[in-house]
Amino acid sequence: MDERTPRFTIPHEELMYPGHSACPGCGEPIAMRFLLKALGPRTVMNVPAGCCAVIPGVWPRFSLKVPLIDHAFECTGATSSGIRAALDVKGMDDVTVVGWAGDGGTVDIGLQSLSGAVDRGTDFLYVMYDNEAYMNTGSQCSGSTPCGAWTTTTPGGKAIARRTGKKRILEMLVENGIVYGATVNIAFPEDLIERVRTARSIRGPKFLHVFSPCPSGWRMDPSKTIEVASLATRTGMFPLYEYRDGQYRFTKEIKNRKPVEEYLRLQGRFRHLSPEQIAEVQELIDQGLEDLRARVEAGRK
Amino acid sequence: MYRTYRDLPPVQVTTGTTEGMPTGTWRTFRPVISAERCTRCYTCWKFCPDLSIIVRQEGDYPSVDLFHCKGCGICANECRRNAIVMEREPL
Repeated sequence: MDERTPRFTIPHEELMYPGHSACPGCGEPIAMRFLLKALGPRTVMNVPAGCCAVIPGVWPRFSLKVPLIDHAFECTGATSSGIRAALDVKGMDDVTVVGWAGDGGTVDIGLQSLSGAVDRGTDFLYVMYDNEAYMNTGSQCSGSTPCGAWTTTTPGGKAIARRTGKKRILEMLVENGIVYGATVNIAFPEDLIERVRTARSIRGPKFLHVFSPCPSGWRMDPSKTIEVASLATRTGMFPLYEYRDGQYRFTKEIKNRKPVEEYLRLQGRFRHLSPEQIAEVQELIDQGLEDLRARVEAGRK
Repeated sequence: MYRTYRDLPPVQVTTGTTEGMPTGTWRTFRPVISAERCTRCYTCWKFCPDLSIIVRQEGDYPSVDLFHCKGCGICANECRRNAIVMEREPL
């Protein structure tokens, strides 16, 4: 037996109720739970269509302890600006506005309204939980699907249907004018909570990119959710870094990076890849990490 | 509460929490925690997507809320001491 005193490493207060309608092993409620633990009850959320509109509860039941607005797919940014304006009129400065959208609702459909909200300088936190396809409608390819992944619109076969990697949404928004941006992973909750708290302490448009595996869409065992999420960062598939005050910084330095094959082999959506194609994916990831390292180095000078 | 459609408010409102939803009926495998092996690291509590690992305060041993547990098995997979085993539910 370990003699250490047992301790909670994340806040104990729950701002969610059990019984929500997520699939078993879904990463999204884990991410939502950590986010709400970090933000506390003075929060207003708004969600577009997608898994995030279903998970908080099917009407008339509701699983969060904070108010939530459900709206159309493309207007997360616009709704957040509206809520912020209404709160400002009422003088409620201490309330955090959170726009919580999936990857399809961020990098494809909601991109214009998010860009508009960043352009207006709205003081809000935009959280994109990234399950790498349109999972609510049965996994269609989105702008955030990684290279080589199977989806119903990029079927697996001898040739890779999805040749490009994920959209670099954080870099896009940095150029757009966000004051704070970070990538976080549900497998590292302490880090996630620290990033959310940092974001809350800054005024202006903030962006968080949360990695959240989807067992049914990724064709994997529900119990592997955290293992796969952890491997995504340990293989360099999803590096953790933040942007603040004009500088990029790694928030989790990965020493002894694992080969990407370990990550790919756990998931059925990469089963069709041949060893040469895996080498191709590895090359793409190495290139992406090198680019990122160059950006981090450029900020240090 | 709402007798006709005229009584309904102009926006959607919720009438209750999801705590009453018996999501435990989805389960095929049930997590069983062995108190002998448990070191109270609370990893299972941290990663449970259904808030079904109950720890009331620091120092307590975790227990499972079987009314809501969907049986995903994340707790058993993440437990470093293998203190949680997934047992098949009787049919």
